[in-house]
Amino acid sequence: MTYSQRRTLGQTATYILLVLGAVLTVFPFLWMIATAFKPSTDIYSLALIPKAPTLANFAKLFDHAPFATWFMNSVVVAGLTTVSVAFFDSLVGYILAKVEFKGRNIIFFAILSSIMIPTEMLIIPWYVGATKVGITDTYLGIMFPGLMTAFGVFLMRQFMEAIPNDLLDAGRIDGLGEFGIWWRVAMPNVRPALAALGILTFLGSWNAFLWPVIAIDSPAMWTLPVGLSYFSYENFNQYELVMAGATMAVIPVLVIFAIFQKQIIKGITLTGIK
Amino acid sequence: MAKRVAAGIMAVAVMSGVLAGCGSKTTTPSGGSTNAGGKVTIEYWQYSYTSKTDLMKQLITEFQDKNPDITVKTADFPYEQYNEKVAAAVSAGKGPDVINLYYGWLPKYVDSGFLQPLPEDAFPPATIEKEFFPLVKAAKMDGKYYVLPTAVRTLALLYNKDLFKAAGIAEPPKTWDELVATSKALTKRDASGKLEQVGFYFNAGGQGHNWFREVLVRQTGGQPLSADNKQVLWNSPQGLQAFQWWVDLQKVHKVGEIGFMTDDVTAFKAGKAAMDVDGSFRLGNLLDAKFDFASAPLPLGPNGQPYTMASFWANGLTKKATGAQKDASVKFMKFLTQPDVMERWTKAIGELPARPEVAAKFKDDPKLKGFIDGLAYANATFFTDETKDRDAITNAVDSVLVGGKDYKTALDEGQKSAQALFDDYWTKRK
Amino acid sequence: MATVPQPVRGAPRPTRPGLTLAQKRTLWAWGALAVPLLFFLVVRILPTLVALNMSFRQWDMLSPDKPWVGMANYQKLFKDPVFVRSLTNTFLYVVVGVPVQLILGLGVALLIQRVNRFAGLFRTLYFIPYITSAVAVAWVWRWMLQEHGGIFNELLHLVGIAPQKFLGSPTQALYSIVAAIVWQGLGFQMVIFLAGLEAIPTMFYEAAQLDGASPWQVFRHITLPLLNPTIVFSAIIGTIRYLQVFTEVLSMSNQGQGGPLNSTKTLVLFIYQEAFKSSKYGYAAAATVVLFLIILVLTVVQNKLITRKYEY
Repeated sequence: MTYSQRRTLGQTATYILLVLGAVLTVFPFLWMIATAFKPSTDIYSLALIPKAPTLANFAKLFDHAPFATWFMNSVVVAGLTTVSVAFFDSLVGYILAKVEFKGRNIIFFAILSSIMIPTEMLIIPWYVGATKVGITDTYLGIMFPGLMTAFGVFLMRQFMEAIPNDLLDAGRIDGLGEFGIWWRVAMPNVRPALAALGILTFLGSWNAFLWPVIAIDSPAMWTLPVGLSYFSYENFNQYELVMAGATMAVIPVLVIFAIFQKQIIKGITLTGIK
Repeated sequence: MAKRVAAGIMAVAVMSGVLAGCGSKTTTPSGGSTNAGGKVTIEYWQYSYTSKTDLMKQLITEFQDKNPDITVKTADFPYEQYNEKVAAAVSAGKGPDVINLYYGWLPKYVDSGFLQPLPEDAFPPATIEKEFFPLVKAAKMDGKYYVLPTAVRTLALLYNKDLFKAAGIAEPPKTWDELVATSKALTKRDASGKLEQVGFYFNAGGQGHNWFREVLVRQTGGQPLSADNKQVLWNSPQGLQAFQWWVDLQKVHKVGEIGFMTDDVTAFKAGKAAMDVDGSFRLGNLLDAKFDFASAPLPLGPNGQPYTMASFWANGLTKKATGAQKDASVKFMKFLTQPDVMERWTKAIGELPARPEVAAKFKDDPKLKGFIDGLAYANATFFTDETKDRDAITNAVDSVLVGGKDYKTALDEGQKSAQALFDDYWTKRK
Repeated sequence: MATVPQPVRGAPRPTRPGLTLAQKRTLWAWGALAVPLLFFLVVRILPTLVALNMSFRQWDMLSPDKPWVGMANYQKLFKDPVFVRSLTNTFLYVVVGVPVQLILGLGVALLIQRVNRFAGLFRTLYFIPYITSAVAVAWVWRWMLQEHGGIFNELLHLVGIAPQKFLGSPTQALYSIVAAIVWQGLGFQMVIFLAGLEAIPTMFYEAAQLDGASPWQVFRHITLPLLNPTIVFSAIIGTIRYLQVFTEVLSMSNQGQGGPLNSTKTLVLFIYQEAFKSSKYGYAAAATVVLFLIILVLTVVQNKLITRKYEY
């Protein structure tokens, strides 16, 4: 077999594997969407194409609920959170990776240790604090616990560490300040990681439930997951509505991912490392 | 009283002081306030779902029209997170004047000093006992009433009339034996033994544990709890008989199975379960069912006596309500327990009226009939920890079905873990 | 570990305008860290201390009294069979879930990296489960795992295997839930590994190709070592994630109990039930502290172990 034949064979095998995996991966998702279009009495059927497709579930959502408002609230909260996380986490990650000073490791571990306690245990102290400073029922109140994340600091630190020091020194010689070196030299080098962090943060915030449900008092401030929780009641979920809501909620994230995933690839070609 | 409030504020202040990492500023409880014009604002907390919230909105508007000097501010919490929200808000020094809570949580709310007894001049116990169904006695602790319901729920047998007709069965089962026979006739499997339709939805979670504890045990002549609510007795010989009959629905007769189509409501609504023991609160979910169904009283057991379980969400006064707020809150609570409000509640939401005079009006509704019937003899279980009490029973059932234990061992183990909950509760109360 | 550049130590204390480069950088670092540090302190570390404090108290969440009970909560914890079961279950989730998720995630990332066309489409498809709401996912999985008519059992039936109980079986339920969590976490893992793979300079691969290295050699001697930081990161984050499994069990087990027979109950579910269903906040706080200590120890150990292994 020639090299190119082997290559073609390898490519074909790769595609076959990927397609098989993708089918397994996507099936439950398709089923969720199908269920969103089924009447409540049909949700048990395994059919991927609803026998009698209906928009009633979506209509019910819009009927009973200011769905557009929830949507906007979620966009604002997840958007601002993502910007904040991308900025602060990469700054802290950079410093912890590239600036040497006493106490650096202690700081890193202190920050990392903050993801070791489950949210369930923190919501009461958070709520007490948020009430005290008067931010419950505001966007800030919903967002504040997630404005910086230890996960992001850790992720960015790992990737910042891989940047060659020569590159940073070159920036220094060009007369950039410390902030400039981080922003203009280091940041472009970690675009793939930054894109990943952005997507994951947006998602985390988009789907966050436990804290928002505690922090929000008025229906006008509900985010999507909080609003949708009002459709389950006493040992019983109105699954067709949950599915319709989940389907609606997934679309914007899917669009964002489809756009951003290119960044993960593109990032590298724009950077100094080749 | 003032001391307790002060201590509460102190605790909150100290805690939030720690939290914010700074000195203590006194937190003032938000919510109700009175201004010079004699206008009073009271705060009401409720758990909510759409049909309930809609009706409450109307009711509050009407109440405010009748009482122009009172404003009712509401906060809605989702059902599943009700406890979390209340706990968080109370920790932060917030609190309502009137709160909507599940009767099973009453011991906790009373013991922590969160509620105050209903004033006896406004709600004389004798009048309550005369005008309400006897099941409201569950709202009485240490001889005082703490809450009153607008609507109550009972358990009954829901049955799919279309499936009954198709199988040529005219009547819902009236006894244990009939239930087994009818269930068998209505259970369908394919050639490979795959269950396609259950005659009866066997389920230990959902309402199953309530049916066992409060109904089946009594039907064999046993008692779920001792009269002083201190001993768990459902593993008595009678209890064991009831337990075995119950678990055998799946184990021996195979007419139902835990987890079939994920849960009983889904299976019943899909027309794949011919019968289900469920609460009246389910009727709202079944409005768009594609088949005809009705409710019947729970089948009678060996002792031939009717029993069912009652439960309710009720409104109570918190310690925060004093002076003008308390007067306004009492008015609001009286309004919510009026007969005509109950009637509207039943029509809009499907929950049952707490007063016999109102309930009588719904006696002929085929969907409500089985549930209304039970109101006269329903018992509300005394819970010290509702979730764990349920788990004790579901674990006993699982122990027999998938854990390889015999009926007696499984039931005794369940009783032991339930008894521990009661011991813990009564020790703390002294 | 912190290697402060030598000149700083030796140099005489300069006056402000004459700060050395290293001193300036340190100063800048602390300045830039001030806000984030304050944030982590107030939002994360102090509330953790509140939980620590609560773990020595008895509190029902409604009452103003929170009497000090010393170690009583901790003593009770280790006598509680449900807690012990939750603890061992949690370890199972980690031991099974983390390696499977890492291996599958790396596999998918490598495959996607190899293809020339449709890479973007595949990335999106594999990422889809991760963006779907956990409640919706849990419900779909419960259906697929049904004993009667579930798709898995239908498939088993085709090859002549008797139907399995899956979520209804005390021995299979935990693994069924792990499967669902891995399925959902795969997209996340893939993204992290893709970012890691993209960060490997292409010159290494070009050099290897010139040397005529086999794909396995390339993977073993270039990809794996250079991916080490990403693997360390994924292992640590994955461990923390699996130690905190909660939503999936809450929505996949019957009534969110963590059953059957507590066989799927995790520490966080235990904490949640004790705190919010049974209102034993102090007791739940004690369990939280135990969980915290476990995660802390594991993280430190992992960090040391895996990092050392691949030094080259």
